[in-house]
Amino acid sequence: MNLDAVPSYLTPTGQEIVFLLLGAVAVGSALLVVTTRQLVHAALWLVVTFGALAGCYLVLTAEFVAWVQVLIYVGAVVVLLLFGIMLTRAPIGRSPDLDSGNRVLAAVVALATAVLLVTVVIDGFRTAYAPLTEVDGAAKTIGSSIFRTWVLPFEALSVLLLAALIGAIVLSRTDIRGRD
Amino acid sequence: MTTMLAGPIGPSLADFGKDPWWISLIKAVFIFVFLMLGVLFGVWTERKLISRMQNRYGPNRAGKFGLLQSVADGLKMGLKEDLMPRTVDRVVFFLAPVIIAVPAFLAFSIVPFGPMVSMFGVQTPLQLTDLPVAVLFVLAMASMGVYGIVLAGWGSRSPYALLGGLRSSAQVISYEIAMALSLVAVFLFAGTLSTSEIVNAQAAGGTWEIGGLSIPLPSWYVVMLFPSFLIYVVTMLGETNRVPFDLPEGEGELVGGFHTEYSSSLKFAMFMLAEYVNMFTVSALAITMFFGGWQAPWPISLWDGANTGWWPMLWFFGKLVIAFCFFVWVRASLPRVRYDQLMALGWKLLIPISLAWIVLVATVRALRLEGGDRTLVMAMLGVIVVVIGVLYYAFDTSRERKKKDQQAQVREEFARLRNEPTAGGFPVPPLDLPHYHGVSSRPAVTRADSKEVTSEAKV
Repeated sequence: MNLDAVPSYLTPTGQEIVFLLLGAVAVGSALLVVTTRQLVHAALWLVVTFGALAGCYLVLTAEFVAWVQVLIYVGAVVVLLLFGIMLTRAPIGRSPDLDSGNRVLAAVVALATAVLLVTVVIDGFRTAYAPLTEVDGAAKTIGSSIFRTWVLPFEALSVLLLAALIGAIVLSRTDIRGRD
Repeated sequence: MTTMLAGPIGPSLADFGKDPWWISLIKAVFIFVFLMLGVLFGVWTERKLISRMQNRYGPNRAGKFGLLQSVADGLKMGLKEDLMPRTVDRVVFFLAPVIIAVPAFLAFSIVPFGPMVSMFGVQTPLQLTDLPVAVLFVLAMASMGVYGIVLAGWGSRSPYALLGGLRSSAQVISYEIAMALSLVAVFLFAGTLSTSEIVNAQAAGGTWEIGGLSIPLPSWYVVMLFPSFLIYVVTMLGETNRVPFDLPEGEGELVGGFHTEYSSSLKFAMFMLAEYVNMFTVSALAITMFFGGWQAPWPISLWDGANTGWWPMLWFFGKLVIAFCFFVWVRASLPRVRYDQLMALGWKLLIPISLAWIVLVATVRALRLEGGDRTLVMAMLGVIVVVIGVLYYAFDTSRERKKKDQQAQVREEFARLRNEPTAGGFPVPPLDLPHYHGVSSRPAVTRADSKEVTSEAKV
């Protein structure tokens, strides 16, 4: 963190403007995901959200994270979502029953979470300024920091994911029954 | 190949991002034109080649050797009426061909065509751009292309199109995993994900010091990483929905698959375009990853000037043509696989084998590290081998038992069905209808209502 050379907020660089615009796109399309009345369009707006997030990573020079975001979230997670929607029912046009009765509660929870996160970030960093370097986002730096500094959380997460995977297989197989 | 250890060093990552804008524009336009012409003549090549393989002539009316056939087809598609079925989701129906075509073109931007050349007095690499994670970019673009297929299938609002879209999304996702895994071994050897540097890494093979002997290793990864290459070839066919994995558009069962409702107009042309551009992309990736990219093959590489200037573009193009002809050859030779066979091959064979192969490659790399703790690595290797042996034994015995159980079950079922053919309850056509056994349906008709009998008797 370089505290000496904090540039003024009033003269944003091109990068910062693009970052803000991408953030606006991400938030706007995320809102559309929950407000649209067309099921498949909601999934497509989710794609736009994830794409805008990937764009944010790219602006922050985290190329590896950005393309992994596109590959995993856009390319696999939402496709699986669409796959699931189409397997069950694929309505074209508006579905009136897409609205949840909990919309007020959900909005309150979402707002509270957003406020919490924003205050934590602002409180934690305040006017700290980190200049962007191209090296930080490369696969090599990320790899060595994951497998050296953060290897324990990484392994814990991978065991968690493995457990979830096995759980999913067990749940989906009808020929494996629990002990009575 | 090992004779040219002091091979030419192509551009590295540092050489990119320095082009003036007009050079980038020239390169982008070149790639676009190259791909468009490639599709035009690729379709012709495929039809002509497959015809010769099937002992017929193929297109031979439009132009010399039928060379203008694709041009004629393209013009016809442009002039046809663009139908929009009434109940489709208009936005999605329109967007799907665009979504499928754009990533296909974008993926080609990181393919290295050649080394540094002088273009109008500017030293520039023969490649539009390169990223530290270029191969990841290609995979990401391939996964974006799936949306085109899924949305075309869903937006058409037709059962055939929907089934085609579903099949395709499941297939492409499954094969993408195996494809990415097959490339990991290349990354381990090259130490980078940038395409230009992977080509550089294949300029010269290293040597393997074993017991005082130094054995030169071949430089192209296709030799050293042959299992990876085989897996890549299979996934490459699966990823582009080509025969033998062209289930999304299985004509026999799904009419045209996901593009059934696209009425041979320009939108349909976009789907064809994307299919062929995707074939070129996976071929170019195979060449870059396993066949030394733009570097000259062995007899030509003895000539000093083979890998300098504009010549490498010719070698690259030659390799691309060979790869494309391989696609056609496969199409002419292999029948389409069944859907469950396709999924079983992807998930139960390709992914486990590539995982095991990656572990093996990583172990060998670790063994060759200078100053590494070899006893530790050896001990771990021994433990792994023992564990695999135990696991194999356990699985094998349980599989044998399952197989025996299954055979017994099938025998029992057959015996039951022989005694009582109507048992079993198969949902689809009962195979014991009276007329299969030579029984006339006359008696049943005479028993029914007289009015219906007369109408049926006329029919």
